[in-house]
Amino acid sequence: MTSLQIIFLVVAALTLVSACLVVMTRRIMHAALWLVLSLMGVAMVYATLQSGFFAVVQVLVYIGAISTLIIFAVMMTRNVMEDVGPQSNRGWGLALVGSAVLFGGICGVLLTWNGMQTALIEIPAVNGENIQMLGLSLVDPMGFLIPFEVASVLLLAAMVAAIFLTGDIKRSRS
Amino acid sequence: MTFWSDPDGFLANWLIHLLAGIGIPAGIAQAIGYALGAAVLSTGALLFVLFLIWLERKMIGRVQDRLGPNRLGPWGIFQSIADMLKIFTKEYITPDGADKVPYNLSPILTVGAVIMVWAVVPLAITVYGVDLNVGLLYIIAVGSLGEMGILMAGWGSNNKYALLGAFRAAAQLISYEVPMVLSLLIPVMLSGSLNMNKIVQHQDIWYVLFAPLAAFIFFITSIAEVGRAPFDLTEAESELVAGFNIEYSGLKFGMFYVADFLHSFTISLLVSVVFLGGWRGPGAEASPLLGFVYLILKTSLVNFIIIIERASLPRFRIDQMMDFTWKVLTPVMLILLVATALLEKTMAMAGLVPWMRSGILFILNIVLLFVADTVVRGHLARRPRPDVRGKERPVARPENYFSQPGSGV
Repeated sequence: MTSLQIIFLVVAALTLVSACLVVMTRRIMHAALWLVLSLMGVAMVYATLQSGFFAVVQVLVYIGAISTLIIFAVMMTRNVMEDVGPQSNRGWGLALVGSAVLFGGICGVLLTWNGMQTALIEIPAVNGENIQMLGLSLVDPMGFLIPFEVASVLLLAAMVAAIFLTGDIKRSRS
Repeated sequence: MTFWSDPDGFLANWLIHLLAGIGIPAGIAQAIGYALGAAVLSTGALLFVLFLIWLERKMIGRVQDRLGPNRLGPWGIFQSIADMLKIFTKEYITPDGADKVPYNLSPILTVGAVIMVWAVVPLAITVYGVDLNVGLLYIIAVGSLGEMGILMAGWGSNNKYALLGAFRAAAQLISYEVPMVLSLLIPVMLSGSLNMNKIVQHQDIWYVLFAPLAAFIFFITSIAEVGRAPFDLTEAESELVAGFNIEYSGLKFGMFYVADFLHSFTISLLVSVVFLGGWRGPGAEASPLLGFVYLILKTSLVNFIIIIERASLPRFRIDQMMDFTWKVLTPVMLILLVATALLEKTMAMAGLVPWMRSGILFILNIVLLFVADTVVRGHLARRPRPDVRGKERPVARPENYFSQPGSGV
């Protein structure tokens, strides 16, 4: 067992435990903080796979932006310090069956996949991945130009809508 | 390979040989070497803060026409050490109902987020922590961890003022991140790389000459990211209750304090690496130590400007601060980004030599600065000045009976 494998096992355990705690903890604020730790674990997995770009983007987008948004939203809700309610509602049995079936299905599909049987190969020890290729394929008409532009337009529309919703339109009209 | 041409590699080799002598394999010795390097770098940075605190107190003292610390040691240079020893002995007070884990974790996270930046900064030609090819992106990502620390501090303290302060600080940090990232895109565009080492190696002409406006905006926004004057209204100590860190005492407060000073030095380091050519200078390629000296000189110059600015500029109001980033810095930076991209690509195709390209871009930056300044000034002159006075108070008016001299009251 190499040191990289040990690091991977520790990080994977950390990610899974904190992901479970997101749904098991009582205080909703703690759930948000566990979510941060879980996302951090995913970033560390990226880093162990020598994909520094994805690790950094994971931290930047999910911890820097989305988790901050979630924490802001949680702070606005009632009784964040001591929320004492039942943790599950009446539909928990159905949800258990559904998630068990989904988990079993995913495991089954993965076990029949060819990639499970092939031997693992060492990741070539290059100094990081090629970001330039990623950037070029995002602006290449044969590559991902259209999805990229559609996503940009969607984000722009969301931004305009957010400004419209929060802006004080009435006052500026009168 | 000697110590003078490659100190980092020389020390690493020496350590591996030393550990091999007592029977430790090379792989583990390498890991020990990395851990030691990280420990030395971060401990050195933290101890350097002692000097920075002394320097800042001394210099601000000079600006305010007083002596500053002058009792302990020559020029009071050991004052910070005494302060540090005192803060070790202070009591930790945990407020009632505080959320223990986030409350205690947040000072560590805040300091850690600053020290993590040092991992990718090239200190000399061969001396750096990691040669990360997404170095600049990493720096921004690590900054968002500091934000998380502030939010955890505000929430964990169980204090409404701390929470409000954390909201304010987070809003400021998120807002100023936008022009900061935009201004960092210009060096990325000019060098074609996010790697800090490559950015430094590309700077045959310093990027401040290619993009003075971008350098200036990066300087301003990173001061706002640190939360120093004139952007220190998250913990304006003269008018607020100290913001998100109000409930912290002893060394936990000290961690925030240390993070603050270290962060200000770190942004000086970033400005000098990204825009002032880093370790580059005459003879720096041959001798890394000379390069390190150049880097420290440039960083000290930027840090000096930051300290002087703290001593001389008044504080922003919160609406002014938000207006400044969203209505001035972000649009200017967007225009500059597009203009630089178009001009630089055209000039590269036309085959102009670098100093000519830098000259044209320099003129573009200065023109844009003046245009932006004129537009903002014109806008401010047309806008009616809001009246922010409270109601008039009768006590101190001259016609008031009680305030007249000799009224016998």
